[in-house]
Amino acid sequence: MPKIPGLFKGLGVTLGTLSRTVTEGANTVQYPHEKETPPIRARGVIALHEGNCTSCMLCARSCPDWCIYIEGHKELAPPRRAGGKPRQVNKLDRFDIDYALCMYCGICVEVCPFDALFWSPEYEYSEPRIADLLHDKAKLGEWMQTVPEAPELEAGADKKGKK
Amino acid sequence: MSTLSVLAIDIPYWAQSLLRVLGGLVAVLLPAGTIVYVFLFKMMSFMQSRLGPMEAGPFGSLQLFAEVGKWLQKEDICPERADKFIFKLAPLIVLASTFLLVAVVPFGPDAWFTNFEAGIFYALAVSSVSVLGILIAGWASANKYSLLGGLRAAGQLIAYELPMVLAVIGVVIQAGSMNLQDIVVAQNAGSMFGWDGVGNPYVLTQFVGFVVFMVAVQAELTQAPFDMPIAESELVSGYMTEYSGFRFLIFFIGEFATAGVFAMIASILFLGGWGVPFAWFGWSDIDSIDNWMNIVGPLILFTKMMLVVFVIMWVRFSYPRFREDQLQRFAWKVLIPISLVNIMVTAILKVAF
Repeated sequence: MPKIPGLFKGLGVTLGTLSRTVTEGANTVQYPHEKETPPIRARGVIALHEGNCTSCMLCARSCPDWCIYIEGHKELAPPRRAGGKPRQVNKLDRFDIDYALCMYCGICVEVCPFDALFWSPEYEYSEPRIADLLHDKAKLGEWMQTVPEAPELEAGADKKGKK
Repeated sequence: MSTLSVLAIDIPYWAQSLLRVLGGLVAVLLPAGTIVYVFLFKMMSFMQSRLGPMEAGPFGSLQLFAEVGKWLQKEDICPERADKFIFKLAPLIVLASTFLLVAVVPFGPDAWFTNFEAGIFYALAVSSVSVLGILIAGWASANKYSLLGGLRAAGQLIAYELPMVLAVIGVVIQAGSMNLQDIVVAQNAGSMFGWDGVGNPYVLTQFVGFVVFMVAVQAELTQAPFDMPIAESELVSGYMTEYSGFRFLIFFIGEFATAGVFAMIASILFLGGWGVPFAWFGWSDIDSIDNWMNIVGPLILFTKMMLVVFVIMWVRFSYPRFREDQLQRFAWKVLIPISLVNIMVTAILKVAF
């Protein structure tokens, strides 16, 4: 009968958890009434900084679920210096992310060369209709306000890009 | 026997029957609801460090009504290939065995439905009727998982019926009666080695029998660690797979009502039932008990029942499931020999003293 002490130990574990829950409260939160702050860098929703986007399509092509839809056209912009040739810029017509398809891998955010996509920790955007989960350019732009400041780099870390 | 006099009012037979039916409903459904809320909803949640239902009513106390309402709204699905008649009959058989079981439970010196001479024999016989309900539920569902669950349930319930009966025999020998009322009186009027401060609750003098009985009850109720027949992760709830809505509700009520009734029987057999030790109030036998015990007795029995159910549920929420062969081996090779030895020792001591 070597298993007998273990049986009582098991009962002790559940009873201990019970008394801890009664005295100190549960580990869970009562969600709609109280909310946990998601950790910084939580992958809630992807926000679009439209000004940075050049509609290069890297995000759309790297998306494993093909849930990013981009349409754009080329426009001529006034030259930078007087007397120069008019510049050709890419204008973004459509930038949609279908969150019914998105699997929150974050590859689009990683791959964006111009810092146009950001993670936001917001998570309360469920919809009664699945089609409403397609967030368009304007809605993705609104999420920008919820993007937290990028945390400080660790001491000694190399800053990428311009020195 | 056709009229009964309560507070000098003669109650005709039909009204007696009505009162008995209502009393039976209360005696089955009230403990079942309390058990589900206190233990299944709250205690299990606390043991998993969460709060459980909190929205319906204060601290979620009306959650059960919400659940019942939900089940009643659901469609009553009957599988196409199922044996329709017995498929629909099965949950009723399971619940009926619970109601038949509560008929012999004494709640006070005069508060009983039937004062049956061979009460515990009847209770054990009737409790095994639910096996039939479960077996035909598994068979009639026309589902291989259900059939497997039903067969497992039949094998398990029949295997654990034996140690349960054998554990009870020790109590019957000691009390010298199969009448549950007499067993209660024998415990509360008894004394241990001349000391009658707590009477003679058989949980102390029949401790081995109590442990065997509780293990067997756990298995009879198919509660974990003996929940192989309704193993949800491998058999998709076994014989209950195809049941929905109202019929699932009946199975659900049956499960916890049976737990309550078995806990009542366990507290009658081993914890002194509705009684308090008679020495406290100077009573000597059942006729000398004050009339207020008919009111307090059910409450005492209810408290003891909750205590027993607490142990059952505590074990349920703590242990993982037995494998099928371990389960059978445990019944036949451990529990039955222990209870046989227990009977022998009890009989020898009974004759010796």
